[in-house]
Amino acid sequence: MADEVKLFGMWASPYSRRVQLALKLKGIPYEYIEEDLSNKSSLLLKYNPVHQKIPVLVHNGKPIAESLVILEYIDETWRNNPVLLPQDPFERSMARFWAKFIDEKILITARKVSFNTGKEQEQAIEELTEQLKLLENELKGKPYFAGEAIGYLDIVVANFLVFWFRNLQEALGINMFTQEKFPIIFEWIKKLIKINVVEECRIPKERHLIYIRTRLEALKSASK
Amino acid sequence: MEGGVVLLDFWPSMFGMRVRIALAEKEIKYEYIEQDLRNKSDLLLQMNPVHKKIPVLVHNGKPICESLVQVQYIDEVWKNQAPLLPADPYKRATARFWADFVDKKMYDSGSRVWKTKGEEQEAAKKEFIGNLKLLEGELGDNLYFGGDGFGYVDVALVPFYCWFYAYEQCGNFSIEAECPKLIAWAKRCMQKESVAKSLADPEKVYGFLLQLKKAYGIE
Repeated sequence: MADEVKLFGMWASPYSRRVQLALKLKGIPYEYIEEDLSNKSSLLLKYNPVHQKIPVLVHNGKPIAESLVILEYIDETWRNNPVLLPQDPFERSMARFWAKFIDEKILITARKVSFNTGKEQEQAIEELTEQLKLLENELKGKPYFAGEAIGYLDIVVANFLVFWFRNLQEALGINMFTQEKFPIIFEWIKKLIKINVVEECRIPKERHLIYIRTRLEALKSASK
Repeated sequence: MEGGVVLLDFWPSMFGMRVRIALAEKEIKYEYIEQDLRNKSDLLLQMNPVHKKIPVLVHNGKPICESLVQVQYIDEVWKNQAPLLPADPYKRATARFWADFVDKKMYDSGSRVWKTKGEEQEAAKKEFIGNLKLLEGELGDNLYFGGDGFGYVDVALVPFYCWFYAYEQCGNFSIEAECPKLIAWAKRCMQKESVAKSLADPEKVYGFLLQLKKAYGIE
């Protein structure tokens, strides 16, 4: 029986993009279904009744939700190269720790940066800078977060750092994420962009800028 | 501190309890070091500089942080005894999903039950019970989550059981009345030595919570 893989995703979501990247890196054929988050499909609600969010991977009719859970499922089900998680249990725990840090701290603080202005935004920018510096430390002395080749942690954060956040800061008119401040991360970004499948997962910039600006406008008028 | 296993922990922490249970399931000898969270030790700050939180598991001098990361680490290193995660990738994904659900929902909604009053507290209780009912639905008619035997999701969730009495006192409600199957599951887990000796005494937890409320200035 041929494998049937479907990904319910959203083009501007870094969580959705990380699953796409993992599938493409492993060479797994899949059907992509774009979800309109303002009008979620009954299929999405059926496959993820608990959180009603994307991404959801459906493998031979069985759904898996939560992007980090999906990444580990992909790695354990399709054992071909590249193997995403390290073999050593301590290295694996480090990868999982930093993935959690990215999702629970970095991505949340980035949201605070975008939804605030003035002093609150300044504070959020300071907080995010500190968090990104902590993450940058993990790259010291190696070409990728995973070591000699791209792996789990690179995939978790690739879309966010290479595309998503840089679009966001342009839309906001801020300039906190620069080569000067984060030289090691920017070296890593240069390497990532050269990988075909990373480029294939690029969030289209102009469309993304419009999307961000529209959402911020909607928020502003809602709070008036 | 080379060799051996050390756990930096705080007795009422549900997150620390998860690790205690996992270590007990695998019959791993370890040194337990109680932490004073109002006066964090140099050791804690050195072992968890990023979050400065407990629990911290130290194995052969190397620290691992975040309770579910620690439980998975224990399961992978001591893999020949009492496996906590199932072998099948889809079952593993399901287990990870529900443990993640416990992480995302239980602590926050439980905290809101004791931190709030009036209408806010009623809403918090509703949300808290709602989350428990979802978990109860996932348990179904199984003895333990996942249906195979005591495992990862049970370890992730059962520590909250020793906080239920405290939540009930603060919120003036009965969790058993709302979620009898879940309470039956919790009592079943408590019959296991690894769980019984890892969970804190509910009366002591309530006493601790009352102190916390005073410190927060909550009636």
